[in-house]
Amino acid sequence: MTKILNHPISRRAVLGAGVASASLLAMPSILKAQDKSIKIGVYGGYFKKSFDEHIFPEFTKATGIAVESVAEPTGEAWLVQLEQAAKAGQAPADVSMMSQTSMLKGQSTELWAPLDLAKIKNSSNLIEHFINKYPDGRVAGIGAVAWYITLVTNTNVFPTAPDSWAAFWDPANADKLGLLALASNSFLLEVTATTFMGGTKALDTEEGIQKALEKLAEVKPNVRLWYRDEAQFEQALKSGEIPMGQYYHDVTGLAAAEGQPVRSTFPKEGGIQDSGSWVLSRASKKTEEAHAFIDHMCQPAVQALMSRKVGTAPTVKRELTDLTAEQFAGVSSDIPPIIPRYDLYTTKADWINQKWTELIVG
Amino acid sequence: MKREAPKSLADYSPLFFPGLMLIVFFVVPFSTMIAVSFFQRDPSGFYTPDFVFSNYARFLSLFFGKVLGFSLVLAVMVAICCVVIAFPFTYLLTKRPRKVQTIWLVCLLSVLSLSEVIIGFAWSTLFTRTAGITNLFVAIGLMKEPVALTPSFWAVLTGMVYQALPYTILVLYPALVRLDPTLLEAARTLGASPVRAFMNVVVPALRNTIVATLIMVFVFALGSYLLPQILGRPSHWTLSVLITDQAIYQSNMPFAAAMAVFLVLMSLALVGLTLLVGRKENAL
Repeated sequence: MTKILNHPISRRAVLGAGVASASLLAMPSILKAQDKSIKIGVYGGYFKKSFDEHIFPEFTKATGIAVESVAEPTGEAWLVQLEQAAKAGQAPADVSMMSQTSMLKGQSTELWAPLDLAKIKNSSNLIEHFINKYPDGRVAGIGAVAWYITLVTNTNVFPTAPDSWAAFWDPANADKLGLLALASNSFLLEVTATTFMGGTKALDTEEGIQKALEKLAEVKPNVRLWYRDEAQFEQALKSGEIPMGQYYHDVTGLAAAEGQPVRSTFPKEGGIQDSGSWVLSRASKKTEEAHAFIDHMCQPAVQALMSRKVGTAPTVKRELTDLTAEQFAGVSSDIPPIIPRYDLYTTKADWINQKWTELIVG
Repeated sequence: MKREAPKSLADYSPLFFPGLMLIVFFVVPFSTMIAVSFFQRDPSGFYTPDFVFSNYARFLSLFFGKVLGFSLVLAVMVAICCVVIAFPFTYLLTKRPRKVQTIWLVCLLSVLSLSEVIIGFAWSTLFTRTAGITNLFVAIGLMKEPVALTPSFWAVLTGMVYQALPYTILVLYPALVRLDPTLLEAARTLGASPVRAFMNVVVPALRNTIVATLIMVFVFALGSYLLPQILGRPSHWTLSVLITDQAIYQSNMPFAAAMAVFLVLMSLALVGLTLLVGRKENAL
């Protein structure tokens, strides 16, 4: 006993005790902050930066709910992480922006907590197809932002803009294209079907998809780069190394505004309209805050703000926003878009993936 | 001195920590992967625990056979290139003064701090038509006009050799430093030229080191998935690229796991074969 009492107290122990008591004192404020906060997952990089700068502060100002933004990877990596975490009762983010394919896949495992439209009054502003529903009618997600993938060219190499996706098939463009590497993010099957087969309905049957794949195989000699990483293509497009391809309308517009020799064209068949939806993880305990957030994001003013500051196309009806014609053209187009057949990438995912991989690798 | 056999539990205690590490970092993850490779894939979502062979069945096709073959050939070529370049280099390095050696080794270590992404992008820029090294060749009159060297097989090979070379040198260095200099002196006294002495004395004396290094680089190169994507065409994508596609982009974990198990088994088999051949030759 005396031994313990006489034991000299080490400096480390004193420091440790100090830290422990300090954090104990700090505890109440942490708890308080947690009452009114929400974790939002948005794509990392440019998206997250723009949201942190322009969008989230407005929401916090309006509602008093603090936002902790989480950078999520593109592709399905985030879906996998959310699913694994939900199985363990965790939510790395309460609300996440999800791609439509991931949205559908998450639905099949009931990963998304159903949303109550009565608490999202502004959802009435949305264009119809931006409300994602479970097969039984429950609301699984709400359209957050939309964006276009268009035909992009380097203006030094192509003085006149091509007006059709058919330019990809032109033998004159051998070894000049940069295309996205996956069926489920390039949507080239839809482009092929719309350009040569009279619309994406042609993809209803496996024979139709097979025919589209065969037509698409003719593009292969023209492709220099099948990219997964956007930076890789963007750089090559700007330098003229790879002077044509498919890329994001908004990012290309920003680069052109910075004086880069690039342009984005909506082909006469339409640009590819992709979108992200807000979803709420079933493991989240912040249901109230999540509804408040999604409601806030559905306001025409906020959607217009995003179009101006982030460069996304609005998910609310155009006439509700105060976007000028020029601002609208910067993010969207009146040419009817090619809307991807997301259903194919869930129901026939493996078959299409196999055929696609054989097409480009083989 | 006779070594006593361990009697009590306490005598075995030094084994606990390495054993635990092996279980936590190898046995558990690898077993999980094997288990997942037999799970049932749910195309619209994730997977359900099951015991099916469909993931392996899908892999057994000419298409994946070709990709696997390419990956193995690429890894072997990277291993051979690395050792062919690194062995003479390291040998010459050990002949330099201590200070020079240290500087070289520090520089090589600094290359290791570069990530695969940086290496990939740096080489892809160097190989471009608009800003690459061919512009330099044009400037000094070696070429008529700049050309793009990427994407190509050689670009992939160059990138991967560059990435693996520092490891190769660092593995070879200790063995070459400890090489008995009298062996060479004897060869030279008997009239062998420096090149002949190197080929006939140094190389055979370090045969086991060379084989071990080849295996290490081979295994290292087999896992590369970023460089083939950045520097190659789709036909140069390795099996690791397709595994990543399945795991990350298709969220088809069972199929990805089955491919990974196959890749591990194939590389273990090749390593085993190499060791077996080596042992037989040694016995002769």
